[in-house]
Amino acid sequence: MSESAVSLYDRIGGARAMDAAVDLFYRKVLTDERICHFFDDVDMERQAAKQKAFLTMVFGGPNNYTGLDMRKAHAHLVARGLNDSHFDAVVENLGATLKELGVGDADIAGIAGIAESARNDVLGR
Amino acid sequence: MPSIRIGESEIESQPGETVLAALLRNDIEVPYSCRSGVCQTCTLRVLEGQVAPKAQVGLKETLRTQGYFLSCVCEADQDMVVAHPGADVVNRVAAVVAEKRVLNSDTLLLELYTTGQFDAAPGQFLHLRRPDGLIRSYSIADYAASGAGSRIGLHVRRLPGGAMTEWIHDVLAAGDSVEIGGPAGACFYVPGRPGQSILLIGTGSGLAPLWGIARDALMRGHEGQIALYHGSWTSPGLYLTHELSELAELHPNFKYYPCVDCRREGEAEHLREGRVDKIAFGDLADLKGWRVFLCGHPDLVAAARRRAFLSGASMTEIHADPFVLSTPAKSA
Repeated sequence: MSESAVSLYDRIGGARAMDAAVDLFYRKVLTDERICHFFDDVDMERQAAKQKAFLTMVFGGPNNYTGLDMRKAHAHLVARGLNDSHFDAVVENLGATLKELGVGDADIAGIAGIAESARNDVLGR
Repeated sequence: MPSIRIGESEIESQPGETVLAALLRNDIEVPYSCRSGVCQTCTLRVLEGQVAPKAQVGLKETLRTQGYFLSCVCEADQDMVVAHPGADVVNRVAAVVAEKRVLNSDTLLLELYTTGQFDAAPGQFLHLRRPDGLIRSYSIADYAASGAGSRIGLHVRRLPGGAMTEWIHDVLAAGDSVEIGGPAGACFYVPGRPGQSILLIGTGSGLAPLWGIARDALMRGHEGQIALYHGSWTSPGLYLTHELSELAELHPNFKYYPCVDCRREGEAEHLREGRVDKIAFGDLADLKGWRVFLCGHPDLVAAARRRAFLSGASMTEIHADPFVLSTPAKSA
């Protein structure tokens, strides 16, 4: 396998690195006034596990999520008004997390692209 | 082929198949989502057999030591007995009341002896069964192996109209027999990182697990700072204050902060005034690398969990058993 074929997920340390990434990312999301109200009533541990699954996916790690999973998981939030501005805020927090983890700009752009591909499913369109 | 037993069912796994896949193939329901060892939805517990470390990545230490694992990334390469995480896999033993001791006006220490084996860690909880079948859960404040059995201490707070607590306070006497089941819960001290700082925050009889965890850590030679904040509305709601102060004198790395919402006139300065969690987080702004234990009112636990996380504690280092709550829902 050539260097470039190794996923960013493996390059930054795989499953273990995800724990650190989730802590950083979830903390940003919970303190972002644009979106934190969506997380008021959630079980934090479950939510952290879901965020880890999300990060694993965008980092190119193993995942089996489908567009339908994304739709189902966010339908109740769409009903509460989840829209493009909130999605943008999450992507912004994701970018900031990656920067803190020392991920390069090219990789960050690639990851933002993967997250972007889920936009319509997440927003139920 | 290795077999997997879960509850009443026993199935055979195929080579290369995960435990989750084998169970689903046999129409045994297991909730799952990512099938990648990430989301923790398919967590099971192994009762007999071994699981590979990779099947426990990301789980809390206290869950790993109890055999919890992610079934979607665990192959059964040997016979296993597994259980759903909430399943009643506990053992039940008879216990005798050794002593009832007053801790404060509405809380008592209930000391039990078991003759059979009952392995537990201070901070976990057990189910106490009254002869008529009523069952309530209590946190284990004291635990010690004693001969072939164990000595167990519980803090029981009287709740007005609480069937079990009134019975324990008014009827149960030394020499009486009860049945206990368990233990359960993931709120306990795990040795291995003796230098780590530990924060414990609790209200009311939520002190029980915290007292157990702090003493367990000290007994096992924990060297890092251990800070215990116990809160109550007013000072009569505090208890074990003398013992905790003594413990703090004995161990320089242990700090005890009794806190009350309302200090009465003339009460000592060392009694901190304010909400216990606000006081604790005011003292400790940066919790990066800390281990945190929270027990008490559900609202306090939820708020403190969030605050501890935002102050830098890692999610896997924050321990709060949803059942280890001194609320009417648990013990009424």
